[in-house]
Amino acid sequence: MAEDAGGYITHHLTNLTYGKHPEDGWGFADTAEKAAEMGFWSIHVDSIAWSVGLGVVFCLVFRSAAKRATAGVPGGLQNAAEIIVDFIDDTVSSIFQHRNDIIAPMALTIFVWVFLMNLMDLVPVDWIPKLASVLGVEYMKIVPSTDPNVTLGMSFTVFFLIIYYSIKVKGVGGFFKELLCHPFPWYLFPVNFLLETVTLLAKPISLGLRLYGNLFAGEMIFILIALLYGGIVLSFAGGVLQWGWAVFHVLVITLQAFVFAVLTVIYLAQAHDTSEEH
Amino acid sequence: MSWVTMIGQSIAFFIFVWFCWKFIWPFLIGAMRERQQTIADGLEAASKAQRDLEHAEARAEEILNEARAEARGIVDDARGQAAQMIDNARSDAESERERILKAAQADVAQEVNRAKESLRGEVADLAVMGAERILEASIDRERHDALLDRVAAEL
Repeated sequence: MAEDAGGYITHHLTNLTYGKHPEDGWGFADTAEKAAEMGFWSIHVDSIAWSVGLGVVFCLVFRSAAKRATAGVPGGLQNAAEIIVDFIDDTVSSIFQHRNDIIAPMALTIFVWVFLMNLMDLVPVDWIPKLASVLGVEYMKIVPSTDPNVTLGMSFTVFFLIIYYSIKVKGVGGFFKELLCHPFPWYLFPVNFLLETVTLLAKPISLGLRLYGNLFAGEMIFILIALLYGGIVLSFAGGVLQWGWAVFHVLVITLQAFVFAVLTVIYLAQAHDTSEEH
Repeated sequence: MSWVTMIGQSIAFFIFVWFCWKFIWPFLIGAMRERQQTIADGLEAASKAQRDLEHAEARAEEILNEARAEARGIVDDARGQAAQMIDNARSDAESERERILKAAQADVAQEVNRAKESLRGEVADLAVMGAERILEASIDRERHDALLDRVAAEL
C-alpha cells in the first residue's frame, strides 16, 4: 500500500474534469496532471453533478413537504421540514432586522444544501469512486464542498448579493461613500478605500475557504485513515478510526453548514445597514 | 481553479434559492404561522370561555341568593298571614261564643221567669184550692192533716 499511497491520495483528490487539453483537445482528463493542464476553462463534472443533484434532492424533498403543508396536524416530513424552517427563521429574524423576504429562504437553501454536500463526506471514501471506476469513470470526487471552486462559487454569489443590496439600499453614492469615508475621515480616502476593499473581499474569500478548508481537511483524514487498510488488525483499527472520525465529523458538517448560512445572513444584514458604526 | 465550475455553482445557487423562495418557504412558514394563529385563537377562546364560565357562575349564585331571599320573604309573609288568620278566627270564635252564651243565658232567664210566672199562678191556684178544701172540711183534724200533707206533696 505504502508505495502507491501518494497515487491513492492524488486519485481521491482529483476531480472528474472535462475541458480542452492543449494536446488532446476536448474530453475528460485521464490523469491528474492533464486535469490540471486543462486550466481555468475546464469543468469539474463530478462536483457540479453532485452539488446540483443534492440541490435537486433538497428542492424535491422540501417541495413535497411544502405542497402537503397543512396548518393542522403535520405529518412526519412536514414536521422535520418545519423544525429546520423554524430554526432558520428564528436565527435569521434575530440577525436580520430589515425587510427582505428572500434572506430567510436563502439561509434555508444554503443550510440544507451545504449540509447535504458535506454529508457526502460520511459516505465511506472508496465506495463511490470504486463503483465509478467499475463503470469506467476514472475520477469521482463526491463531496462538492471539498472543491474550492464550488465553495468559492457560492461565496462569490453571496459577494455579488452583498454589493447588489448595498447599492440598492444605499445607492451607488452611498456605497462608495462607505468605501472611501470609513473608518478614517474622508481626506484619508486612499487608506480607507484599501482597508474597506480588503474587508469587503475578505468576506467571500473567508466564507468560501472556511467551508472548503474544513471539509477538505475532514476528507483528507478519512483518506489517510483509509490508507491503513490491509491485514486484519490494521483494517479493524482503521474501521474504528473511520467510525470515530465520522462521529466527530457529523458535528463539523452541521456546524459548517450553519456557519455558512449565518455568515451569509450577517453579511447581507450589514449590506442593508444604512448607518454603520464601527 | 475552474471558472466554469464556479460559475455553474453560482447559477445553481441562484436557481435553488429562487426555487426555495417561490415554492418552498412561503408554504411551510405559512402553515406554521397559520397553526400558531389557530393555537393562539384556541387559547384565547379557552380563556374567554373560562371567564364567561366564572361570570355565569357568579350570576347563577346571585340569582340563587335572590331566589332564596324571596322564598324566605314569602314564607315569612305566609307565616304572618297564617298567624293573623288564626288570630282573627280566634277572636271571631270568642265573640261568637260570647254571643251564643249571652243568648243562651237570656233564653234560660226567660224560661225561668216564665216558669216562675206559671208556678206563681199555680201556687195561687193551689193555695186557693187548698183553702177551699180546708174550708170544706175544717172539722176533721186528722183529715186536715192529711189534706195539708197532700197539698204539701202537690207543691
